[in-house]
Amino acid sequence: MVEVKRSEYRGSIHQRQKDLMLKWYERLNEAAETGVPPTASLMISGNCVELLEGFGAVPIYPEVNALQLAIRHQSLDPILAAEELGYAPDNCAYVKADIGCYLKGITPTGGKLPKPDLVLCNFVGCNTYVKWFEHTAELTGSKLYVLDVPFLREDEPSRADMDYVVRQLKEVVALLEQISGRKFDYDRFVEAVRCSAQVEELWSQIKHLARRTPSPFDAYFDAITLMGPLYVYRGTPEGVDFFRAALEEMQAKVDAGEGLYDQEKYRLVIEGPPPYPYFRTFRDMFAKWKATTVASTYSTVGGLWEFGARHDPDHPFESVALHMLAHNVTNRNYLQRYEQIRRYLEEWNADGLIIHFVKSCRLFSAGQGDMRDYVTKTLGIPTLYIESDLEDPRYFAEAQTRNRIDAFFESLEHSKLGAHAHA
Amino acid sequence: MPTFERTFELCQDLLADPGFDRVRQWKDAHPGARVIGYFPVYAPAEIIHAAGMLPVGLSGGGDRVDIQYADARFGSFICSIVKTTMEMGMREHLQLFDGVLFSSICDSARNLCFVMKRNFPDLYLDFLHLPHNPSSPASVDFLFSEYRRLIRELERIGGNKITEGALREAIALYNRNRRLIHELYAFRSQKPHLLRAWESYVLVRAGYVMPVEEHNQMLEESLEHLAQRSGKMRDSIRVVVEGAFCEQPPLDLIKLAEDAGCYVVNDDFVIGRSWFVEDVPEDGDPLRSLAESYVNRAVYSSVRHDFRAPRWEGLADKVKQSRADAVLFLIAKFCEPAYFDYVLFKKKLESIGVPHLLVEFEEKQFTFDRVRTEVETFVESLVFD
Repeated sequence: MVEVKRSEYRGSIHQRQKDLMLKWYERLNEAAETGVPPTASLMISGNCVELLEGFGAVPIYPEVNALQLAIRHQSLDPILAAEELGYAPDNCAYVKADIGCYLKGITPTGGKLPKPDLVLCNFVGCNTYVKWFEHTAELTGSKLYVLDVPFLREDEPSRADMDYVVRQLKEVVALLEQISGRKFDYDRFVEAVRCSAQVEELWSQIKHLARRTPSPFDAYFDAITLMGPLYVYRGTPEGVDFFRAALEEMQAKVDAGEGLYDQEKYRLVIEGPPPYPYFRTFRDMFAKWKATTVASTYSTVGGLWEFGARHDPDHPFESVALHMLAHNVTNRNYLQRYEQIRRYLEEWNADGLIIHFVKSCRLFSAGQGDMRDYVTKTLGIPTLYIESDLEDPRYFAEAQTRNRIDAFFESLEHSKLGAHAHA
Repeated sequence: MPTFERTFELCQDLLADPGFDRVRQWKDAHPGARVIGYFPVYAPAEIIHAAGMLPVGLSGGGDRVDIQYADARFGSFICSIVKTTMEMGMREHLQLFDGVLFSSICDSARNLCFVMKRNFPDLYLDFLHLPHNPSSPASVDFLFSEYRRLIRELERIGGNKITEGALREAIALYNRNRRLIHELYAFRSQKPHLLRAWESYVLVRAGYVMPVEEHNQMLEESLEHLAQRSGKMRDSIRVVVEGAFCEQPPLDLIKLAEDAGCYVVNDDFVIGRSWFVEDVPEDGDPLRSLAESYVNRAVYSSVRHDFRAPRWEGLADKVKQSRADAVLFLIAKFCEPAYFDYVLFKKKLESIGVPHLLVEFEEKQFTFDRVRTEVETFVESLVFD
């Protein structure tokens, strides 16, 4: 019997992350109380938070609210409230939790959330986003703008794709000026783009540290902890400070040869969002086998920077557009995701791929059977396919998931032993 | 049986044929010419036609294709049409096709495009991004560029050089086609006892697999004959069907709704065939006219987002114009766009006092007893209200 291990990176960064996120909620509370600062709802994927900085506006991310609720085991009630309204069992549970919270007046910290001055739907690959924000606008009575980002259907975005997004970004600027009564501060926007480029560089360096053996952190479970500041503070000096400190801490662990365990036994890549309602339980299922995730696709939802892309303060609007079009996993096509995974498996030196099918999210999950076929048959890498949900606790079959994960590692162990025997 | 009455059976045979024999006949008669399929909901068939190619609407496998391989590629919680389309590719039912187009309707269909690309490398597979921000003047320019990209691709895979003249001619033919479909719908709305919903449905959907010229002729002849039909009004309620814009319900389900006491006086079956509320302008730059029509002259649909004119207002207008008593939501299992829209449609209908019933379906559904009881009970509750 293998002893159950718990793993988690808990340096000073962990606490700083909490403080930053609480401060964000305080600002939202302030906006709800006083109407200042202006706020806009945004989606995580390929977001254009830098534009809001040009107005001193604060983003509201319903996805962050929803996942926090699920981690605290509080998502089922709002989901049921939304289903009473007519949402189907097969609708995205993030949306249902968010709508349910609105109906029941639930917020992540107990403070107030403001009515957004603008519901700004950055439609970046996820069709659910458009529906979700349309419903939000209908419920709250806030103004809606759908920023339509063409899907990446060829290797790179075309000139026409870029022009289309840049023109819409400028429409958003005009609209926010009108709604907030504030003049767009172009210099502040450029500064935000500059901060983003720095944060992206630091974040990318952190991710590349996971190529070391042992990896100093888990690039799925711990990366999620760092993702909150990445979305809320990317375009700010606070974000730059935070990620600089994070890199220093991680680098110190590398220098000391520290990993998550006394010995890192397996290196994994994970595809798909996590089961937030069972986040801890799920993590422990891997910790038991001393397995570390060295790369994950989910941590590139907000932006894919480990292969070199950065915002560019010399071309601020264009680089925000390019980020939305091409440098986040959700607006990239399915085969580009296969390629991303292939690079992770090879360059981060992983033993296997875990595919977590999430019933809420067809963007991630529709076609993952084919992905498994590609990774196992074409690449020859062991793959485990498991199903549950990212928000709805009713779809997590704990015993079955544990059995499948155990069986996967037993077979990996067996093949590693076999490889040693042949060596 | 009079010759005209056989038309419906012939159309029914056409859409029950997983081997696309009608398309094969066209290909045999046009050596070297290409066939381009398009996944629902809408595609600019005019452009394909102008390249001298045959545009063919795909509509899944219905109840004729058993899924053996596609489940392993797409897993649980994914709608049936995505799986049967994949299955048709894996079982070589799509061999007649030189290419297939997809568009930005939902996440599952989009991923299907790229999964098919990996599995069928010889097929030209393309994804059209149809814009979701019609309020922006930039969206017409963008779609114009997207259509120009499509033209380059079609010419590359062996289509004729697409001229303005050929595009104009195609637009005129498809305008005619849409007008005839609108006439058919108007006839049914006025005289639902003389044209059943399933008959109208198969007549329109037959256009998926035949050249538009032939379909126009078929519709013209049908309209002439329909004017001669006679029959008695039944004691049925008038309903609008909403939600079946992509995956199509089994024919038996459409028949059942009518047998259970509904006149389906309007619906969104194969709605891509009558996508525009007005003609696409036949003068000016034809490609720009097509793009501009998509942005400014399209029907409301769960896969097209236009926050200048909410879709729930569109449904309310449709109910009013059709003088409908109720709305029957026919929603394909796991169809997320339809599920989402249901919530806001429902809210609107309740605010204006229009009763509604939700029925979920799957392509391969074969028992309808429960649905029959539901629809009958619903109808009775309205008739005896």
